[in-house]
Amino acid sequence: MAEKPFRILPAVTPENEHFWCGGKRGELCFQRCNDCATYVHPPAPVCPKCLGRELEPEAVSGRAHVATYTINHHPWIPGFDPPYVVAIVEIEEQPSLRLMTNIVDCEPDEVSIGMPVEVVFEDAGEDDIFLPLFRPYEDTAA
Amino acid sequence: MTVVGEKQSAITGIGQSAVGRRLGRDPVELTVDACLKAIEDAGLTRDDIDGLSTYPGGSVPGAPGFTGAGITDVHEALRLKLDWFCGGMELPGQLGAVVNACAAVATGLATHVLCFRTVWESTAQGGGPRKGIGVSGGGKFRASGSTMEYTLPFGAASAAVWIAMYAMRHFHEYGTTREQLAYIALNGRANAALNPNAVYRDPMTMDDYMAARMISYPFCLFDCDAPVDGSTAIIVSRADAAADTRKTPLRVEAVGTALHGRPSWDQFDDLTTMALRDAGAMIWKRTDLKPKDVDVAELYDGFSFIALAWLEALGFCKTGEGGEFIEGGQRIALDGEIPLNTHGGQLSGGRLHGFGMLHEACVQLWGEGGARQVDSPKVAVAAAGGGPLGGCMLLSNES
Repeated sequence: MAEKPFRILPAVTPENEHFWCGGKRGELCFQRCNDCATYVHPPAPVCPKCLGRELEPEAVSGRAHVATYTINHHPWIPGFDPPYVVAIVEIEEQPSLRLMTNIVDCEPDEVSIGMPVEVVFEDAGEDDIFLPLFRPYEDTAA
Repeated sequence: MTVVGEKQSAITGIGQSAVGRRLGRDPVELTVDACLKAIEDAGLTRDDIDGLSTYPGGSVPGAPGFTGAGITDVHEALRLKLDWFCGGMELPGQLGAVVNACAAVATGLATHVLCFRTVWESTAQGGGPRKGIGVSGGGKFRASGSTMEYTLPFGAASAAVWIAMYAMRHFHEYGTTREQLAYIALNGRANAALNPNAVYRDPMTMDDYMAARMISYPFCLFDCDAPVDGSTAIIVSRADAAADTRKTPLRVEAVGTALHGRPSWDQFDDLTTMALRDAGAMIWKRTDLKPKDVDVAELYDGFSFIALAWLEALGFCKTGEGGEFIEGGQRIALDGEIPLNTHGGQLSGGRLHGFGMLHEACVQLWGEGGARQVDSPKVAVAAAGGGPLGGCMLLSNES
């Protein structure tokens, strides 16, 4: 994915705006429960752990690891040319906090499960959407 | 727990339309073909049908040909006098529509329920490379809803991509390989050669499999089922009324419908299994039978890995040992310890979307399998669904 692909963009709503547009400020944001501090994704009107009703967006570090991935070779979307890596990554702050994304800035065959990655935002050029993608990250603390 | 519910129901007839690639026929007409065959197969008449059930109902926007007929189409075409009916897709897999029928007869809401599922994706999608789910031509189209919103922007526009990630995690944790997974496809193709209604019957070798075009690693073309046109119908009758039908009623011994994990393609807790884990565990809590009592298994193979996951979930092998279990193909062959997808599955038989699995379980229990018939099976399991969909049924031809 050297060139920016054609992406089908999400419909931005008041509920998901923090997730899709937080990248404009360089922040990867998720809802977090005010009562028990659980992060929630996708956005929900209730905390799935304690059933608390007060949830607010909060930025995380943007560091994650690859929980699983696939190298896609089929042209499902005209203008989104394969091959490209689709992955599910788990955010460092909470193991169950996952999202689907693309792994970029490396060759597809360099991706592996467990690999440390960090968020990098792609400006969609519309609706203030900045897509959270992930790239390999040198985990110097480990 | 004493289970009574589904045991008060039985399958009494089955029917299937022509099945094929780009038949170019009206999908309601295909549905009527299947329904009339099923009614006749049961020795019933149109007037005996007082219930109607289907998956996924009449309209699914953004998925051309995913549904070919809804409740209203069949109700109207056959002018049925219905006491109960139900059509929809928020169910424990495609067979959830049949489980609904079992519940309806067990509770006395109906006596003979006609269940059907029609697809015409092959004709509706036309030629050219297959497009993603929900991929529209319009420039201002926006992805919304919990599945599409969080998958389409990343080019993950097919269940092939989503399920491939489960397969990769299984490979990572348990050492499963493509050479093992291949046996789901090779076994299906070998059985399809013996099924005149299967869409792909030419022999397939391991070399053919390994040389096939990659779709989404580790899935190649032969790990993905083929869109077809076709309709399948199943009659579910109340057990006492089933005695009056033409054939030996196939008792519904147990069903599995549970989903304890998150209802999501990418947020399920264990990325080596899916909703089918919970449905598979539930079915054995509702019967005294054990996996070793099952003579034939028709397990959903929309993607090859799903059938492997069902084998584990239903206890035919231990969690994580599915790859080793199917390696070489002997255990799952027609004369193996658990014959699998005896009609070719969806990979070689065609994507009849779950109902084809239940149809074949009935064919086998009635001894109607011809060249692919398993030797005198007494108990069969049919399972359908992957990702957040999962439901299974255990049938017996013994009273």
